[in-house]
Amino acid sequence: MPPRDRPTSPHVGLYRWDIGNSLSILHRLTGVALSLGLLALCYWLLSLADGERSYAAAAKLFASPVGILGLIGCTFAFLYHLLNGIRHLFWDAGFGFERPQRHVSGWFVLAGAAFLTACVWVLIWRAGP
Amino acid sequence: MSLRSPLGRVLGLGSAKDGTEHWWAQRVSAVALIPLTLWFAISLLTLPALDYAGVRAWLSYPWSGFLAVLLVGVLAYHSYLGTVVVVEDYVHSAGTKIASLLLLRFVHVLAGGAGIFAILRIAFGPP
Repeated sequence: MPPRDRPTSPHVGLYRWDIGNSLSILHRLTGVALSLGLLALCYWLLSLADGERSYAAAAKLFASPVGILGLIGCTFAFLYHLLNGIRHLFWDAGFGFERPQRHVSGWFVLAGAAFLTACVWVLIWRAGP
Repeated sequence: MSLRSPLGRVLGLGSAKDGTEHWWAQRVSAVALIPLTLWFAISLLTLPALDYAGVRAWLSYPWSGFLAVLLVGVLAYHSYLGTVVVVEDYVHSAGTKIASLLLLRFVHVLAGGAGIFAILRIAFGPP
C-alpha cells in the first residue's frame, strides 16, 4: 500500500527555542550520552575483574585528555539528567506546571547541574591523581 | 453505540495496542536509580584512591557488591527503555527501526550482563 498524505503535526523546526524545549531535548541528549557512559562503566568493571594490567590500561584511558573530557561530560550529563528527571517526576505527580514555576525549576536544574559538576571536579582535582 | 469490543473495553489499551507499561517502567526505574546512582557516585568519590586493590576490596563487601549489581541491572534497563523511545521517535523506515531496536536490546543485555558478571567475579572469584 502506498503511503498516504495524512495530516502531520508542525515540524519541530517551526518552534522558537526557549528554556522549555531546550531543556527537554537536553534531557534526551544527556540520556543518550549516559547510555554510552553505561558502556564505559561496564568496560571499567570488566577490566577490574580481568586483572591488574587490564585495570591499569582502563585507568590510563580514562585519565587521558579525551577520557577526562568524557568523564566531565558524563558528570554533567548525570547530574542534569538526575535533577531534570526529578523535575519530570514532580510534573508526573501534578506539581509545578505553571509557567513561572517551569522557568524557575528549569534554570535551577541547569545551574545546579553546572555548579555540582564544578564541585565534583574541584574535589577530584584537589585529591590529586 | 460503541464499536469497541467488550474485551477491548476491559483491556483499555486504545488504538496503540499498548498500555502504560513502558511509561511506568521508566518512572519506576528512574526512582530506583536516584538512590543507587548517588550511592555509587559518593562511594567512588569517598574511596581513598581508585587503585586496583582498593576498588576490588570495596566491591567485595557484600553490600557494595549487591548494590552495584542492582545499579548495573537497573541502569541497563532504564537506558534500554529510554533509547528505545529515541529510536521509535526518530527512525522511520521499518527495516532500520527493527534493526536498531534489535541492536539496542542486544547491546543492553550484553553490557548489563557483562557488568553484573564482572562484579560477581570480583565478589566470588579468586582474589
